[in-house]
Amino acid sequence: MNMLRVDKKTKIELLRLMAQSRLFEEKIVSVYGRQDMKTPVHLYIGQEAVAAGVCAQLRREDYIFSTHRNHGHYLSKGADMPGLVAELYGRQTGCSKGKGGSMHFVDVSCGCMGTSSIVGGAIPLAVGAALAAKVKKEDRISVAFFGDGAADEGVFQESLNFAALHKLPVVFVCENNYYATNSHQSARHARETIAKRGQAFGLPGSRHDGNNVEAVYIAARKAVNRARRGLGPSLLEFTTYRWKGHVGPDCDHEKGCRPKPELESWQRHCPIEAYKKILLKEQILDQAGIAALNDKISETIESAWKKALAAPYPGPEELYKDVYR
Amino acid sequence: MPWTKVLIDKSEFENTLGKQGLRGLSYRQALLEAHEQLLEGDKSVIVLGEGVDDPGGVFGSTLHLHKKFGRERVYDTPIAENGLTGVAIGAAIAGLRPIFVHMRTDFLPMCMDQLANHAAKWNYMTGGQVNVPLVVRSLIGRGWGSAAQHAQALYPLFTHIPGLKVVAPATPYDAKGLLISAVKDGNPVMFFEHRWLYEFVGYAPQEMYEVPFGQGAVRRAGKDVTIVAVSLMVYEAVKAARQLEKEGIDAEIIDPRTLKPLDEKIILQSLAKTGRLVIADNAAPFNGFAAEVAAVAAEKGFGFLKAPVKRVCLPDTPVPASPTLEQAYYPGAERIAAAVRETLGK
Repeated sequence: MNMLRVDKKTKIELLRLMAQSRLFEEKIVSVYGRQDMKTPVHLYIGQEAVAAGVCAQLRREDYIFSTHRNHGHYLSKGADMPGLVAELYGRQTGCSKGKGGSMHFVDVSCGCMGTSSIVGGAIPLAVGAALAAKVKKEDRISVAFFGDGAADEGVFQESLNFAALHKLPVVFVCENNYYATNSHQSARHARETIAKRGQAFGLPGSRHDGNNVEAVYIAARKAVNRARRGLGPSLLEFTTYRWKGHVGPDCDHEKGCRPKPELESWQRHCPIEAYKKILLKEQILDQAGIAALNDKISETIESAWKKALAAPYPGPEELYKDVYR
Repeated sequence: MPWTKVLIDKSEFENTLGKQGLRGLSYRQALLEAHEQLLEGDKSVIVLGEGVDDPGGVFGSTLHLHKKFGRERVYDTPIAENGLTGVAIGAAIAGLRPIFVHMRTDFLPMCMDQLANHAAKWNYMTGGQVNVPLVVRSLIGRGWGSAAQHAQALYPLFTHIPGLKVVAPATPYDAKGLLISAVKDGNPVMFFEHRWLYEFVGYAPQEMYEVPFGQGAVRRAGKDVTIVAVSLMVYEAVKAARQLEKEGIDAEIIDPRTLKPLDEKIILQSLAKTGRLVIADNAAPFNGFAAEVAAVAAEKGFGFLKAPVKRVCLPDTPVPASPTLEQAYYPGAERIAAAVRETLGK
């Protein structure tokens, strides 16, 4: 198998996954002003290629651990969309029974074991899940998604060290979108490249264009295969950019958090538009095919929204349930 | 009942329960046996922590486990308490039952993010779908100038956090039975051991058994005053009660055994009988466990009280080093007895 080849079916799937994340969150943006979605949303718009490219390499039973910015990861891993939307609306039918909100999605059926809204918090959890898979001799791997801000945290370095020491089947996926809330990476790191920290701890680290979905997919293939073959962890850094503010549906250049030209320059490199062009050029899809793909996703989204809004809220008796198992 | 007996030294065991043919184990041996039986009985149990496989074996409580069960299940960890707590949580989420051991309770603040924000919350945040069957053992140090960062008893920090359970066994029987219950519980359990308990000998059966959470024990029945005592203070309370007996005061000693969940019933039943309450805690007073017990008495047992509640706690200072300061710092049987006399107006 040519490691650099991506087959036709996968190409369409990569586009579908990215479009699904984008349309899902654009729907959130369009309804958020109604103020009936009472949960802080951390939108992934602009970064979709990372989740799509990595998750397309994973099996249903593989674990992923994610962050407050988790929608794209969960959808791309195959989480049940109606459950996610109901969770955004705080309903009893939400994936976390309305106890988690936007920052705490879960779907155990596809290895989505939960997310942490403490920066870096879930990285060691992914390592622990990989440890469990190894001890139990299960054929599954674990992936930690996190941002450049999480690379500041102690647990990131602690996790790299422990995973390398025990050659655990885990892939560290750092999405470097250059901003931790409003703080630019240059204000936090002496060196721009986070991937190099992998080598410091004895695991391969590499940096890739996170807006090029096939580049992500191919980089992930190498890291995932390495983990599956018992050769140990890898650190993948994907450079990308978040279009929206740290939290909420607005663009934060409006608040002066970053320069508008910077945003516009990244928007010109939209991972989805770029990939559509490639697929058109390669004649994998035509315009009608793309439109059909989008329509199908939109239908799913509309149906999930309808279901969620019709679902009941949890009653007060739910408050004390689930504190303990 | 042999398991409720609190024996102050080894010879006391040999002269009483030992003569009846009951098996005596030290607290350390009871812990070690619990680990062995847990590792043997359940492949998902692992033991990790700094020094668990070293020649000391965490003061003997994990000694040679790695030789029997292999380093895939019993192993040393990097000095990275928070990260490794996260690893243990992740392993628990994915089906293992880790026991994470810390030689000192003082290292737990290093793990606070993972314990308070992750272990304690995961079951709730996931709507009860992903639980964390994790046990965190830690030892409370004392003496020989251990000082401010090697002798803290921080369990009240953890009883404050919804989602955690907190236990503090005082006897070998409870050390073994509560460790087994903790591992099987399915929730994150903070397991506090006092280093000075390690040599105490008491009855502990060979077979695997569980001590239920939320069920205190009457260590001594009495009618004049209730002493609720925690961990090492149980022994100080027994000594105090022996002295008080000579003075014609009949003290009842309640050992809650698990601090959260707390057996309020056993405390209130005793209070209904005695009308007087002294709480002998092994930690700082402010916002502490003793304060919680006092609150239970005030809210639910006010009608029983014949005198103000007294607390005997550690002082609200860091732990000092010098022997004279240590002596001033640690309350013992005498202070408990004095508090009892005060509640009786004597």
